[in-house]
Amino acid sequence: MSVLVLVEPEADGAALTSLEAVTFARGLADDAPIHAVVVGPVAEPVWSAMVEQLGAYGVASVRHAEDDRLSAYAAAAWAAALVESASAVSARVVLASGTPRGNEILAHVAARLDVAMAANAVAADSAAPLVVSRQVVGGAALEEMRLDDSVGVVSVAGHACEPVPAASPSAPEVVSYAPTLGETDLVARVARTEEAAPDESAALTSARVVVGAGRGAGSPDGFKDLLSLTELLGGALGVSRVVTSLGWRPHHEQVGQTGSRIAPDLYIACGISGAIQHWAGCQSAKTIIAINTDEDAPMVTRADYAVIGDLHEIVPAINDELRRRR
Amino acid sequence: MANVLVCVKRVPDVSGEFGLTDDEQSVDARHLGFTVSPHEECAVELATQIAGATGGEATVLSVGSDDSIEQLRDALAVGCAKAVLVEAELATLGPVDVARAIADVVRAHEAGGVSYDVILLGNDAADTGDFQVPVRLAYALERPVVTGISTVAVEGDLAVARGDGPDGPEVFELPMPAVVAVMEGGVTPRYPTIPGRMKAKKAAIETVPFAGEPVGSGRVRLKLPEVEASTVRILGTGPDAAPAVVDVIEELGVVRR
Repeated sequence: MSVLVLVEPEADGAALTSLEAVTFARGLADDAPIHAVVVGPVAEPVWSAMVEQLGAYGVASVRHAEDDRLSAYAAAAWAAALVESASAVSARVVLASGTPRGNEILAHVAARLDVAMAANAVAADSAAPLVVSRQVVGGAALEEMRLDDSVGVVSVAGHACEPVPAASPSAPEVVSYAPTLGETDLVARVARTEEAAPDESAALTSARVVVGAGRGAGSPDGFKDLLSLTELLGGALGVSRVVTSLGWRPHHEQVGQTGSRIAPDLYIACGISGAIQHWAGCQSAKTIIAINTDEDAPMVTRADYAVIGDLHEIVPAINDELRRRR
Repeated sequence: MANVLVCVKRVPDVSGEFGLTDDEQSVDARHLGFTVSPHEECAVELATQIAGATGGEATVLSVGSDDSIEQLRDALAVGCAKAVLVEAELATLGPVDVARAIADVVRAHEAGGVSYDVILLGNDAADTGDFQVPVRLAYALERPVVTGISTVAVEGDLAVARGDGPDGPEVFELPMPAVVAVMEGGVTPRYPTIPGRMKAKKAAIETVPFAGEPVGSGRVRLKLPEVEASTVRILGTGPDAAPAVVDVIEELGVVRR
């Protein structure tokens, strides 16, 4: 048996979430080899950096699906490439990180193999049958799910495990292959990419400090001090669903089940009650400071530190103190 | 003219605290309200917009118990013209079964002369979070599919779908008929009007039974994450606590100098 992991490239190597999935695979596999698969063109020096990283994470081989038709993302084509690799390495489990693309591609893989898929796993026991513990109800509950098929298709929830290099690194074999692609695999493909508005949610998910704002902000004009605090800390602003639903801030700033999932070193949650929908997106923060008028709010009881009171009085005082100590 | 089928799922509203049933198979919904996910609210809005723009018709479908009629009527009240309920015990079904049930309805309607150019679904169900029904449905019907979409419009023979990719907004141009899974954020769902509600109340709902043996979901049991006793340190009350907050920020070493 072996484990196959879809690795998504980023600007400077493998995506952190993909390295989380490789780490997850090692926990699953005991001594079984782990094979990485990368689909589509990857420029140097990103490719070399990725192979080196994946070696540090202990993978046995890096398989690269190459074809001119893979220049634009098409989930079905990516899945075709994965299924071909899964067969080549006799994969018992096919993994990807639970990113939007990871879940989309794995759903195609599961449909093609006619097997079950478990989305957003946080733990797995590979002893037959495969039993996966996965996030449901937006992360508010866990489901133990049994996958009885010969191949288990599993996406790994973001931040479910810390990415950790292997105790003994490897020199992965690099295997390039041209997957068999049908015309129908390329129908739903990215026709074009539009200019991204600058500083969208990427800044939010990678920020070390996130300042969160909820209903307590009060109005579209209630964010001035929160934005100053964000700026003083070199962080990003994140908001709860109610804030985007009311149209106070743009959707890409939303943290939660239907927004971004964040894992900053520090999350300062201001005027956010901490409903499950929001908690699902911020629970991986290393330290949480809550500012809230209600000392019994879930965000306060779950936080590491809290200040009780009105954010419109407290946040300016914090800003003044930060400026004073500069 | 484009006909749209939009699929919604009745789910418990878990914005507050909730527990599990004694058999650990489901969320204890005795004291909860019910809703559809924000993704599906946006899908319904897009369905109505596409139907309105092309002179077609939006049909809403749900798989579940007859309680789901409440969610179907909500969609009828905001502009869907017809509604279909596939009656089933949802707890016995997995994503494979739900996709097959929807595909069966689509084929039956096609045989009766009604075809759907675009099928819209939520990106993932708010309760089971399987991320699979849209893709499995597309495979069952042999149609192109894309997920994570914010807006869809019909342009000629194409369903033009926009979503956020890793490198910015992406555009997909799918030949119809196509399946599209919607994520919230691209449109604002409209509120029902009173005439809309009245009309929805009286609308006939087509009901079909779930056919065949379900594959199931593989669920062994649900668990709630262990609630850790609160370890919060209250730094103070009001603006006087600001220095203590900055002390913590400095201790964490996250301050940019």
